[in-house]
Amino acid sequence: MPREYVLHRTRTALGRTIGQPPDPAPPVRLRIPEIDLEARIASLFAEIRNLAGKTHRAASPADARAYVAALVGERSAVASNAPFLRECGIADLPTVRSGIANAEELRALCADAEFGITSADYALADTGTLVLFSSQQEARMISLLPPVHIAVVQSGTILSGLDELLSREPLPAERSSSMVLITGPSRTADIEQILVRGVHGPGEIHVIVV
Amino acid sequence: MTGAQEQKIRQTLDDANLQLAIYTATGRLMSHRKAAVAEDVLPDFQELRTQANLLKRHAIENLDHYLEQFESQVVAHGGKVIYARDGAEASEFLIDLAKKKGARLMVKSKSMTTEEIDLNERLERQGIEPVETDLGEYIMQLAHERPYHIVAPALHLTRYDVADLFTRKLGVERETEIEKQTKIARAVLRQKFLAADIGISGANFLVADSGAVVIVTNEGNGRMATTLPRIHVAIAGIEKVIPRAQDLAVFLKILARSANGQHITVYTSFLAGPRREGEIDGPEEFYVVLLDNGRTRLLADREKRQSLYCIRCGACLNHCPVYRKVGGHSYPGVYGGPIGAIITPQYLGVTHDPWLPFASSLCGACAEVCPVKIEIPKLLLALRSEVVQAKLRDTQSRIERLSFRVWAWAMRRPRIYEMLGFMGSALLGGEGWIRRLPKLLSHGPLGAWLSQRDLPRLPARSFRQLWRARRKAGEN
Amino acid sequence: MPRASIFVTCIVDQLYPKVGMAMVDVLERIGWQVDFPERQTCCGQPAFNTGYRDEARTVARHFLDVFRDAEYIVVPSGSCTSMIAHHYAELFQNEPEWLALTHRLEPRIWEFSKFLLEVARVEDVGARLERVATFHDSCHGLRELGIKEGPRRLLARVQGLSLREMDAAEECCGFGGTFSVKFPEISGGMARTKIDSIQRTGADLVVGIDVSCLLQIQGALSRAGLPVGTMHLAEVLACR
Repeated sequence: MPREYVLHRTRTALGRTIGQPPDPAPPVRLRIPEIDLEARIASLFAEIRNLAGKTHRAASPADARAYVAALVGERSAVASNAPFLRECGIADLPTVRSGIANAEELRALCADAEFGITSADYALADTGTLVLFSSQQEARMISLLPPVHIAVVQSGTILSGLDELLSREPLPAERSSSMVLITGPSRTADIEQILVRGVHGPGEIHVIVV
Repeated sequence: MTGAQEQKIRQTLDDANLQLAIYTATGRLMSHRKAAVAEDVLPDFQELRTQANLLKRHAIENLDHYLEQFESQVVAHGGKVIYARDGAEASEFLIDLAKKKGARLMVKSKSMTTEEIDLNERLERQGIEPVETDLGEYIMQLAHERPYHIVAPALHLTRYDVADLFTRKLGVERETEIEKQTKIARAVLRQKFLAADIGISGANFLVADSGAVVIVTNEGNGRMATTLPRIHVAIAGIEKVIPRAQDLAVFLKILARSANGQHITVYTSFLAGPRREGEIDGPEEFYVVLLDNGRTRLLADREKRQSLYCIRCGACLNHCPVYRKVGGHSYPGVYGGPIGAIITPQYLGVTHDPWLPFASSLCGACAEVCPVKIEIPKLLLALRSEVVQAKLRDTQSRIERLSFRVWAWAMRRPRIYEMLGFMGSALLGGEGWIRRLPKLLSHGPLGAWLSQRDLPRLPARSFRQLWRARRKAGEN
Repeated sequence: MPRASIFVTCIVDQLYPKVGMAMVDVLERIGWQVDFPERQTCCGQPAFNTGYRDEARTVARHFLDVFRDAEYIVVPSGSCTSMIAHHYAELFQNEPEWLALTHRLEPRIWEFSKFLLEVARVEDVGARLERVATFHDSCHGLRELGIKEGPRRLLARVQGLSLREMDAAEECCGFGGTFSVKFPEISGGMARTKIDSIQRTGADLVVGIDVSCLLQIQGALSRAGLPVGTMHLAEVLACR
C-alpha cells in the first residue's frame, strides 16, 4: 500500500516510531498591533488604491446603496445573500439579482453579469485584503466570475492584518470549506513582466466601507 | 554533462536578447523583493525567516505525525487523501478517477509538482485533456516547453513570441499587445473552466490542524480551478505540510514578498474539503494526492533534508548569477537555479547529473535571500563531496582525483610547494599577460581559463622570496 | 610592539606577492610587528570546494600546525579567512583534537580590513592615491564575514581617492575557484556582467579584498581591452 510505504519510509528516515508524539512545536507567532478604527480604514483604503482598487467610505447604508446604484447603473449584477447587503438595500436594486441558492443558476448568472456584489467577513488593513468565507450567505463565484467585484464591508470587521485574522479564526476550516483572501484586482505579469489586470478574476475591485 | 545540456547553455549565453531578458526580469524581481522586505516596510523580516525555518524544521522532523493529522482532518471534512509513491501512481489515480467520473477535460492551476511528474503527458496519453490556466503556464503548454522559472514560467519569451504562438495554436489574428493577448487567453480559458470536469491544483501549504490546502495565485486561476469543476484534486509533495493554520501568519508574509515583492498575492485560498451542507458552490468532491517521488529518500539525510523546507518562491533563482546566465532550461529536471541544483541530485541520485552541484561559484546570494533559510551553498558542498566519493570512472574525474591527491601531498611540504612555484614561474613567469596557449596545451584548466580571460604572467619572485630578501636587507 | 602573524595565502604568495608586501607595509606603518611563518602554504579551500574533503583536511591540518601558536593571524582574503573560520569546524567534526585546535584559532583569524578596524582600530593609515575607484564586494567576505562598510570606510580616508559605487557591487564576479575552469563560459559571462557594471561607474580602478576575484576581473578587463586597473585594498592603503 502506498500509504503505508510512504509513512513507513518517512518514519524510518526520521528515526520515529508509529504513533510517536511530535516534539513540542515552536510557539505560534502572532503580533497584533493596536490601531484605532480610523487608522485601519485609512490603511485599508491606501493599500487597495495602491493596487488600483477603488474605495468609498459610506456614511450610511443608504449612502452605500446610492454608491453601488451609481456604479452599476443599468448593467447586470449578482449580489450575494449576505444580510448586510439586504440591510443596505443593495440586493433590491433594479438590475441586481440576489437570493440565489442554486449553484447552477448562480453560475449561469455570474458568467454573464457585469458586477458581482458581496460583503466580506473581514478586511485586513495592512494589506488591503478582503476575507470571505464560503457559506449560505456568500458564494465563491460572485467575487470571482464577473469582471467587476464590489465589496460592501462593515467598518467593525476591519482587522489590523493577517495575525489578527488568524487569532480570531484559529481554525478557519471549522467555519467553512473555503476561506479566501482577496487583495486587489486579478493580475498577471507573465508576459515580459508587464502588469495586466483582470485575467481570470475581476479586473476591477471596489471596496465600500460603511 | 550531456551534449544537449552543453549546447543549451552555450545557446543561452550567446543569445544577447535572451541574456538581456533574463537579466532584466530577474533584476526587477530582485529590486521588488528588496523594497518589500526593507527594514521600514517589514521590520521583523529576519525574525520571520527564522520562525519560518523553525516551523519547517519542526514539520519535517515530525513529518509522519503531521501527515497523519492532515489526513484525518481532510477525512473529517469529507475529503480523501491518496498517497502516491511516484508520478505514475499519482497519475494513475487521476486517470482512474477520470474514467469513473467520465471526465475528459481537466483545468490545472499552476503546480511545479505536476511538472515534476509529467502529469500532462501522462494524462494526454490516456485521452484526457489537461489545460494549464496560469497565463505563463498556458503559454508554456502551447509551446511544449517546461517552465523557465518557478514563478515566471514564460520569462524567456517576448510578446512577439507569444503573438506567433497564439496565432499558430489558437488560430487567432496576430496580436502583439500584451493586454489583448491576456484577453485572448482569458476568453479561451474561461470556456475551459466552465466545461471542465476536474480541477487540478498544487498546494503551497498543507495545513495539518485543518486538513486544508492553501493555494496562492494572482490571476484567480487557482480559485477558478477549485470552484467551478465538480471535483477538485490537489497534488502536493509530502513536504508541504505545516502544523497549524496560524503558522500562515509567518509564511504568507514572506512567500510573495520573496517571490516578486507583493505583500501578499491577490488570492489566497484556504480550502478544507468539498462544499458543505448549506454552502452554495464549490466542488462536490475533494481529493489530496500526497506525493513521495524521491522525497523520503532525501529525508533520510539529516543535513540535506532541509532542502524540503523550500516554499518555491523563486528568490534563489533571481539572485543566482549562474541562473541569470544559463536560464531555466539548462538545468536537468524541472527545478532550475540553486534550489534545483540541490533537489534534483537528491531526487535522481548524485551520479545522474554529477556536474550540477559544481555549476555554482558558491557566492551565497541564494542563502542570503532564502525566506526559509536553506543553507544552499553548504548543501552544494556536501553534494560535491558525495560526487567525489562516488568515484566516477571517466578520464577527467580520474585525472582530477589524482591531481588533488598530488596537490594535497605537495601542500604540506613547503619545500616541494616552493619548488613547484619556481617551476611555474620559470614556465609562465615574466611581465604582462598570457592571452593564448599553444593548441596542444589548450585542453586543461589553463586553456579553459584563457578561453575567456587573460592571465597575468607569474611574478619572478614569490612573496616568500621577497620576504626573505627584505629580512636580509634589514639585517645588513 | 604588538605582533601579528600573516597568512598571505597561496595565491598571493605565487601570483600577487606585492599584495602581501603591501599588507606588511601597512601593518608595520601602524605599529605592528609582522611575522611570516615560512612553512605556510594553502588553507585547503580549493580541495574543499571541489568536494575533496580528505585532501582538504590534509592541507588544513598543515595550516593549523603552522599557526597553532599565533596570537593574531591576518589574511589578505575574505574567502580564505572564511574557509578557516567557518569551514574547518565542519571538516574536523569527527576529529576532536583538530577540532579543538580549530576552535582555538577561529577567533584569532582576521581578514585584513577587519583586523585594521577591529583589532588595530585604525581607519586612516595615511594613504594617498589619486584615482577614481569602485569597490567590489567579494562574496565570502560579504556574506560569510559580513564585510561591507569596513573597506569603504578605509578607502574613504585615502587622500585623493574618490569612490563610486557600482550597481552590481554585490554580484559575484564569477571566479568561484575551480568553477572558473570547469564552467569557463558561465564564469566568463559573469565576469563580463561585472565589468559592464564597473564601466558604468566611470572608475579607472577596481578595489577588492580578495585577489582571486581581482584575478578574474583583471583577466576579463584585459581580454576586453579596457583601461581599468585592479588593486587589492592593501595595495591602495600602502600607497602614499
